[in-house]
Amino acid sequence: MSLSPEEGKKVVFKGLILLAIITLIEVFIALIGNGHVIQGFHLPKWIMYPAMIGLSLYKAYFIVFEFMHMKYELRGLAMSVLFPTVLLVWAIIAFLDEGSYWHDTRAHIELLNSDGYIRVEAPAESHHGDGNTAPMPSGSHETQGQPATGSEGHEAH
Amino acid sequence: MATDTHAYAEVDQHHGNETSAELWDGGREPFKASYGKLMMWYFLLSDAFTFAGFLIAYGALRFSMPTWPLPDVVFSTFPGGFHHAPLIFVTLMTFILILSSVTMVRAVQEGHRENKKGVVKWMGFTIIGGLMFLSCQAWEWTNLIAKEHMTVSTNPFGTHTTDGVYLNDDGSEAKNEKGEIDAFKAGTTYLIHKNDGEWHKRKFRITSGELKGQIAQEAFGPKAFGGLFFFITGFHGFHVFSGVAFLTVIMLNSLSGLYEKRKNGYEMVEKIGLYWHFVDLVWVFVFLVFYLL
Repeated sequence: MSLSPEEGKKVVFKGLILLAIITLIEVFIALIGNGHVIQGFHLPKWIMYPAMIGLSLYKAYFIVFEFMHMKYELRGLAMSVLFPTVLLVWAIIAFLDEGSYWHDTRAHIELLNSDGYIRVEAPAESHHGDGNTAPMPSGSHETQGQPATGSEGHEAH
Repeated sequence: MATDTHAYAEVDQHHGNETSAELWDGGREPFKASYGKLMMWYFLLSDAFTFAGFLIAYGALRFSMPTWPLPDVVFSTFPGGFHHAPLIFVTLMTFILILSSVTMVRAVQEGHRENKKGVVKWMGFTIIGGLMFLSCQAWEWTNLIAKEHMTVSTNPFGTHTTDGVYLNDDGSEAKNEKGEIDAFKAGTTYLIHKNDGEWHKRKFRITSGELKGQIAQEAFGPKAFGGLFFFITGFHGFHVFSGVAFLTVIMLNSLSGLYEKRKNGYEMVEKIGLYWHFVDLVWVFVFLVFYLL
């Protein structure tokens, strides 16, 4: 760049401060949002997530346009590099939507399997006296691929 | 704008001994950028798609699971035996990478001024930053693998789907360090400990929902978590490692006076600079997806 040494240093300093502060804000949002800063205080996800995604996109913009000098390149170069990334918008929507569908299918299968927490002791006043598995559509462990008919619990692996 | 003037300078320079049609067979450089620089941009574009593919796979799998480990629980250790320091260490890693990106900008600026000493000095700082980042990542991985026993196929970080109270082996309610009853809320992430090769899944009594009153035991978290984490951060780390290797070669070439002779404003330094900033750019998204969301 035909920036003078002083101008160059200014851009660098500005970038350093900006990126550092945005990162700190992001981490602060994550911490206060998850209740680490104020006991018992959580931020709703619909505030946390868009804020963090927006700040990250701004960081990305700053790195590409200032540090990688994209703003000094010809418009054609910038467009030929940046425009294809718009395709990712479709990919993100499509795959996350499909992911939610897997989620619902999984929950349905788990319900059929009655496969959740492994009950290790039968409670005295159980409504479900059908084996040693608590029928619960939760299970953070892996599910079986197809609905099984049996309801005996299998050990989480 | 130096890029422009420098691109023109290159055209002029070649004018003497070649016909201008030979340059790119079109008579002039497209976008007034040299072949190498343009191709670096397109390589980075393709690399961006590769990383995006991995991160989107992470998103799809995460959306498909009923629970997912909370990052502020998984990444809460700090060297020196500190626990309950959520995200502090990765924030430090992020700062290191930002700093090395900034020193790289300085190296490119000095290159445009044909200042060899400046180029070598700032590239040296950049290499140190890259090595520091890699060391941090090595520590992070060691901690996860050796201390917390996470592997590509085992994820000891599970998440509760109900409220509950932990139980001792004799069935009495367990106490935490403060001497209070060790209760937890739905959505809390836990780590299953492994001692002497055996997993210790704690028992608890469910205190909310349909299954209230039943006794259950901790289960492993989503299996894909470990594989995704090690593969994606590993792939990024490999980019950092390759970057450090290239930076070293280019710094030594600068030192030897190779680029000085080319009189093109140390374009090689500019190109590796693009790559290095891209590594920082990818980290912005890896940081967002793995550690923040």
